[in-house]
Amino acid sequence: MPTVIDISPEAGFETWQTIARHLLTRGIPPGEVLWQTTGTDDLFSGETREPGTCSTGRLTAELVPSQTPQTRFRVSKAFIQLAKAVAAHRDPARFDLLYTLLWRWVHGEKHLLSQHTEPLVHRCQTMEKAVRRDMHKMKAFVRFREVRFAEHEKADALYIAWFEPTHYIVKPVSSFFKARFHGMNWTIVTPYQTVHWYQETLRFTEGGSRSDVPEYDAMEDAWRLYYASIFNPARLKLKAMQAEMPKKYWKGLPEATLIQPLTQMSAPRMEYMLATEPSRVGNIHEKSRFRRQDWLSHKELK
Amino acid sequence: MKLLQKLAILADAAKYDASCASSGSIKRDSLGSKGIGSTTSMGICHSYAPDGRCISLLKILLTNVCIYDCAYCINRLSSNVARARFSPDEVVNLTLDFYRRNYIEGLFLSSGIIRNPDYTMEQLVTVARTLRETHQFNGYIHLKTIPDADPRLIHEAGLYADRLSINIELPTEAGLKTLAPEKDTRAIESSMLRLRSGIEESRAYRKQLTGKSRRSTLAPVSAHPTAPVASRAQPGKPHAGRHFAPGGQSTQMIVGADDADDLTILRKSHQLYDHYGLRRVYYSAFSPIPDPSHRLPAKAPPLVREHRLYQADWLLRFYGFSVNEIAPDGQPMLDLDIDPKLAWALRHRECFPVDINRASKEQLLRVPGLGPRNVARILSSRRHNRLRLQDLARLRLSLPKIKPFIVALDHKPQHSGMESPALKRQLMGDSAPIQGSLF
Repeated sequence: MPTVIDISPEAGFETWQTIARHLLTRGIPPGEVLWQTTGTDDLFSGETREPGTCSTGRLTAELVPSQTPQTRFRVSKAFIQLAKAVAAHRDPARFDLLYTLLWRWVHGEKHLLSQHTEPLVHRCQTMEKAVRRDMHKMKAFVRFREVRFAEHEKADALYIAWFEPTHYIVKPVSSFFKARFHGMNWTIVTPYQTVHWYQETLRFTEGGSRSDVPEYDAMEDAWRLYYASIFNPARLKLKAMQAEMPKKYWKGLPEATLIQPLTQMSAPRMEYMLATEPSRVGNIHEKSRFRRQDWLSHKELK
Repeated sequence: MKLLQKLAILADAAKYDASCASSGSIKRDSLGSKGIGSTTSMGICHSYAPDGRCISLLKILLTNVCIYDCAYCINRLSSNVARARFSPDEVVNLTLDFYRRNYIEGLFLSSGIIRNPDYTMEQLVTVARTLRETHQFNGYIHLKTIPDADPRLIHEAGLYADRLSINIELPTEAGLKTLAPEKDTRAIESSMLRLRSGIEESRAYRKQLTGKSRRSTLAPVSAHPTAPVASRAQPGKPHAGRHFAPGGQSTQMIVGADDADDLTILRKSHQLYDHYGLRRVYYSAFSPIPDPSHRLPAKAPPLVREHRLYQADWLLRFYGFSVNEIAPDGQPMLDLDIDPKLAWALRHRECFPVDINRASKEQLLRVPGLGPRNVARILSSRRHNRLRLQDLARLRLSLPKIKPFIVALDHKPQHSGMESPALKRQLMGDSAPIQGSLF
């Protein structure tokens, strides 16, 4: 009879690791484990299960007996890095894949991770890449909005952002935001989890919605203006831009509303520039022109 | 003039400086401090413009007033462009406001020359100093450096900036004299040399330290009496534990404003990398600017030429190619239709096919379509099993591009007898056009 594991769909590395250690200690091979992320059985059976009780063969992270001696299994740093990333992926198959990988690694296939073309390894490394890319994009595209409380003039401002990550990366990515915005109070709200930093410790609470975050920030006009000004209309590379900044992120980026108008304006702007006659007179007087030798000699004399 | 007006003018004025990197510096963060800011080794692009360029820094000029008259520059003295000027505090506040909202990784600050090089450099250094010392800002700062400025100012700039850069502008001294009469090649290159010493001394000193003490390293005090002035500690000035330009130095060359061919450009790049230890050379295709000077060519170079130069630059730095291999005598201009690596492979069919299961790393790097990362993956994967085409497909390689040049466990090139021009046509048929076009 298979061992059934009830695990939350958003569970991360630590949860998986606890269960995996337990299974390994008992020598339960991956083929005999059923990782269940939906929890539908409880709904349909009408059973109310008390927290802490365990029906035969079912297990959750909390139910792993802490007194059981766990054999320590040594894995490489690279394996841990891979597992931490894959565990944050949204694919519910990840727990099974990781456990299978772990089982094979522990049972002698120590060079598994360098076999980049082996199907299981390839699949895991692809998931790892997707998670890392998602984390990189979150670091790039979170946009804070400032909130100041009018009553306290000297009060610290609060910075709040709404973001929709693809994978369950809030915990893994929060250390980056803490290191970067250490001297600032901030909150990032996502659909599945919210993270807060008020300069003491990171706190994680439940997810929220877009309406939890202010709709406007005074600097957004300046940012949009900057974005529009920095763009060179002589060069259009929309495909390259979209490859790195996919449309799914555009809702959260104040500058995204400018992409279409800037693109449409670039051809007319170019024609105008090329059609304009070069002027013969500049707007700084010729007498201001830098006289290098004079200045250098003048410096030497001082 | 209002802040937003200034921002529009001075961001527009800064766009012709191609460098945008926020990578390559030492890792730094604000843990344990009341400040904000951190750096990462790879850099983060917070946004992308419709020209495909990454936006990671607030890239602006302190002012676009300028008393130089460089022909290729929109801000030159004889131009008619609208002028504006920020105060150092305005730049500091704008940087912090953008940074707090996670719009940017840091600041890239340049300026037109006002009054004289020393006065201008002092203004730039004031911005960086205020960010670091008054606001405990730990984000990325890239400062433009003015070659004729006092070495003491340049030294101070290095203590606050992650990266410094001086533009070489043109690959030949003659070109610079013609198009930028107020600039001097010798001054530019001796400043690059000075930066190099400062950077290397700081790095060597850092290497000596271990662990915690590295964070509060002082800039090195050079005891050697003949050391360049820039690296000597200034008496009475506190160093506040800083490294000198830990992100190194870079430069920019304008392509197509003079008649220099690609061989000349690449030779110059090679010399710059070799003599001054630059991190990057940026190639900026001379772009049509509003109100161009009469000294410039009537036609701008094709954008794809800039792209090919970047590809050639990569071959020099990461693939072990020499300048003469990329641009042989008799062919001083890079092929615009195909990348320089493929062009080399077609000229040297005798080096192929390469057996991916047996060849050395250097040989693998010569295969068109194989980059250093995939070469590393091939080398590590093949220790455990012989590689087939499907293994390469899993590495996301372009099989049609690679197949004519390699041997795998289950593959030999189909038309090894095919002449290079025919092979070139066949390979070009497979690839999409590179240059984006205006509609």
